[in-house]
Order: sequence, then structure tokens, then C-alpha cells
Amino acid sequence: MQYSEKVMDHFMNPRNVGEIEDASGVGTVGNAKCGDIMKVYLKIEDNIVKDAKFKTFGCGAAVATSSMATELIKGKTIQEAMEITNKAVMEALDGLPPIKVHCSCLAEEALHAALWDYAQKNGIVIEGLEEPVNDISEHEEIPEEE
Amino acid sequence: MEYYFDNAATTATRPEVAEAMASYFTESYGNPSSIYKIAQKNKTAVEKARGQIAAAINSEVNEVYFTAGGSEADNWAIKGVAESYADKGKHIITSCIEHHAVLHTCEYLETKGYEVTYLPVDEYGLVSLEDVKKAVRDDTILITIMFANNEIGTIEPISEIGAFAREKGILFHTDAVQAVGHVPIDVKAMNIDMLSMSGHKFYGPKGIGALYVRKGIKITPLIHGGAQERSRRAGTENVPGIIGMGLAAELAVKELPEEMPRLTALRDKLINSILEKVPYSRLNGHPVNRLPGNANISFEYIEGESILLLLDYKGICASSGSACTSGSLDPSHVLLAIGLPHEKAHGSVRLTMGHFTTEEQVDYVIQELPPIIERLRMMSPLYEEILKNKN
Repeated sequence: MQYSEKVMDHFMNPRNVGEIEDASGVGTVGNAKCGDIMKVYLKIEDNIVKDAKFKTFGCGAAVATSSMATELIKGKTIQEAMEITNKAVMEALDGLPPIKVHCSCLAEEALHAALWDYAQKNGIVIEGLEEPVNDISEHEEIPEEE
Repeated sequence: MEYYFDNAATTATRPEVAEAMASYFTESYGNPSSIYKIAQKNKTAVEKARGQIAAAINSEVNEVYFTAGGSEADNWAIKGVAESYADKGKHIITSCIEHHAVLHTCEYLETKGYEVTYLPVDEYGLVSLEDVKKAVRDDTILITIMFANNEIGTIEPISEIGAFAREKGILFHTDAVQAVGHVPIDVKAMNIDMLSMSGHKFYGPKGIGALYVRKGIKITPLIHGGAQERSRRAGTENVPGIIGMGLAAELAVKELPEEMPRLTALRDKLINSILEKVPYSRLNGHPVNRLPGNANISFEYIEGESILLLLDYKGICASSGSACTSGSLDPSHVLLAIGLPHEKAHGSVRLTMGHFTTEEQVDYVIQELPPIIERLRMMSPLYEEILKNKN
């Protein structure tokens, strides 16, 4: 597997692994059948993501995208957090092999799922946020093998 | 330091084999079909290698045909029989844990009007003779069952299937790519009609294989062209490859009496130590009827590619049946066939030992693997749930 140095760095030394006891929002996406599950914990105060943690079951890219996504979301306002796309996660990691692009989609979805949980708990509406889809990886299109 | 535990994928060419091949590139480069001395010398050398291969499986010398590898041998055996025996019938029996060289060839034949029965296997990966018997029809022309599985190492009841097929007058092919040079094979005693092998799986070079075809069996050529290999497989002989594979086969079979018990002991030490040290782990494949160098273990709550990357960081080369390493969403068809749920199949690691594996290397893996599993589990949301439910 051709991973960039950044991906390998975030896999070997993942940032923000763990749980947040009194998290403001928790989101879990993916399923074990497909081999990827991401669980993201967010601590949100005054509309700002103060802390983010994750636990991930999955391949090197799944761990690295979880690590990078939680890095990117920390310190952001909720609206800024909404703008973190899978593309942004990929770019921050200097790219992913085509077969691993779905991991970055899962990371974006995990952030959204945690934000959705936060919004639900607090009875607020976050602009542009939709209810997370479970098992998104089952609907992913896999690029043809070369 | 490199700890190579992927001998089922390929093996290092033995130095004495590489040395024996060297002069056939630069000095003795003649085409065996030519008439001058340096060419005729090569023809003799090729025939000597054919003899070495025949001796390794107890066949006649002229029953061995060189191919470009194991996949070609499998393709040729199955397509060749399908075509030349089409008048007799169009039904083939195989198993669902075959290598893709067999499975995809059978699937291809299904698109050409053939019918294929894919036999299930038990929890250890064993094909049952009873299932073979039940699957046989009047129009069955071929039974193709692998000698030993490449992923889980299970050795199939080849002698029993061979005896049954011979009695029924149905051709019996076995993909023995993982078995030749690793376990004793006797095509006569085992009633094998066709057998595929690959040089680089037993310390020979890549790009060379062979198909044994019992005398009297007519199969259509796969490669048409010149009159090489007694007009059954065209193409100028891969002389260095043939020389290398011949010598490698001779050495492997000669050393079997020492290598089999040595590797079996290393394998069992590795398996038992890992299962003992790591909770929520299980052995895949048969505990006893398995290739001497094969260990395949599933670790729950984590994914195989992550394990491989961390092993690689420690210098350990291994492989996995995880979907992430196969390039698709589905994990290994073999692990699913033995009844593993997807999540356990994703967390499998195959460690295959060989001629160059030492006990020190095995001890190193026993030391390094458990903390890697623990590290990944501490990161896993699935393991988190297990720990919480336990407390």
C-alpha cells in the first residue's frame, strides 16, 4: 500500500486517541462487516470545539483520517467545523490511495455524526447538517482494481 | 533486520539455485531447439531438470510440462480438459477455497456453457469426500481440489479423492502450488492425474512452473506455437528458470525429512504462544492437517492491515485476509468459507515460515506481535465495548 509520509505519521503516532468522559457530542459511523468503524467524541463550549478524541477500528488510512479529522476540528467554531470535508482531510494527509478514499468520507461523516449528536442534545439546528447515515461504507463505490 | 514471514506469497531463491542459473543467462544462452553444441547442451540441462521435477512428485519424466508459473498450469489443466473432454460432459467439481487461478478459471468456463460445483468446506477448511461423491454426475469431466490451501494451510484429503476419481474414471487435478517441496507428494500412489506447481514457492525463481499430466490424458494446449514441450506448450524454454526450479525441487524434497519436523515445531510454537498471550484470538485452518510453515490467526476487534503496518515497522513481513489488503470490501473468500464472520476475517494475519526461518525469528514475532494487538485494541471502539461490558 502506497501511503504518504503524513498518513504513516498519523497512523504510527495517531493524535487524539481516546474518549471524552463528558462529551458534548459522540458520533459512530461505519460497520465491522466492512472493516471500518469510527467513533468521534467532541467537547464543545461557547460554539467552539474545545477538544476532540476518537477510537477507530480499521486500516491504516482509517486511523490516519480519524487522527487528522480530529486535529482539523479542534479550535473551530461549529460552522467552521461543518466545512471540514473529506477532501480537506485527504489534502491535509497529502492524499490517499484511490481504494482508501472512502476512509476520508467516513472521517467526515464521523465528525458530522458527533455534531448531529451535539445538536440533538442541545435542541439546536446546525446549518447544512443532515442526520448521519449509518453504514455509509456499504454505499461507497469502490474504484476498479488496476 | 528483516523477519520474513510471508513464504506462502513467495520465497527467496536459494543462493545455490541462483548460482546454478547464472551461467544460463550470459554463457549458455542457446535456444534448446537449435542444433549447435551450446544449444544442445541446454536441451540436456532442461531434460535433467524435468527429471528432477518428476522425481519430486514420483511421475514419469515425460509427464512434466514446463509453464510460466502456477497460474498458467491451473488455467491449462482446467481449460485444457474442459475443451478436450467437452463431448463427454461439461461439469466440473472444485471447492470454494481454491486459489483464484482455479476459481476464476472455473467462473470463466461457466460463461462458456460449463457447469461448476463449488464444494463447501468444514470449519477447518477440509473438503469432504462424501461431498465430492454427492456432487458427481454423469457429465462430470474433472475434479479439481487444491493439495493445500495457501491462506489457512489446510491439507486436503487428496489420496481419498484421487482414489475415488480414478475408480469413477473422472480426471483429477490438484493445485499443489503450496505443497510441492513442503510435504511429500506421490502422484502415482495418490492417483493424481494432473498437478500444478510453481518454482518460486519452494526457493526457486519466479516466472516458472510446471504441469504434470499423466500419460494418456489429452488436453488442448493453452499456448499455441512451436513444438516445444512435445508440442503441448509452445514458446522458447525459460532455460535458467527451468534449471533453477529443477534444482530447487530436488533440494526441497531431499531436505523434507529434516525440514518438515523443524518447521512444524516452529509453527506450533508460534501458534501456541500467540494464542496463549493474546486473548480473543483463534487459529484458522486445521490444527494438525496443515502445511508445516503456516500459521493463520484472527484477532478480534482489530483490522488486519493495521496489524501488518505495525509489524512492518518492526521489520516483520506478513499478510492478511482483510478486505483492506485485498482491494475489495470483502475479506478473504477462504476465511468466509470456513465460517468466520466478516469482522473476524478482517482481523486475520497469516505468518508463513520457510527454509530460512530460524527459532530466533519466531521468538521475535512472539515478542513483538502481542503488544501490537494490544495497541490497536486500545484504539478500537469495539474493544472498548468489550472492556466496558466485562466490568
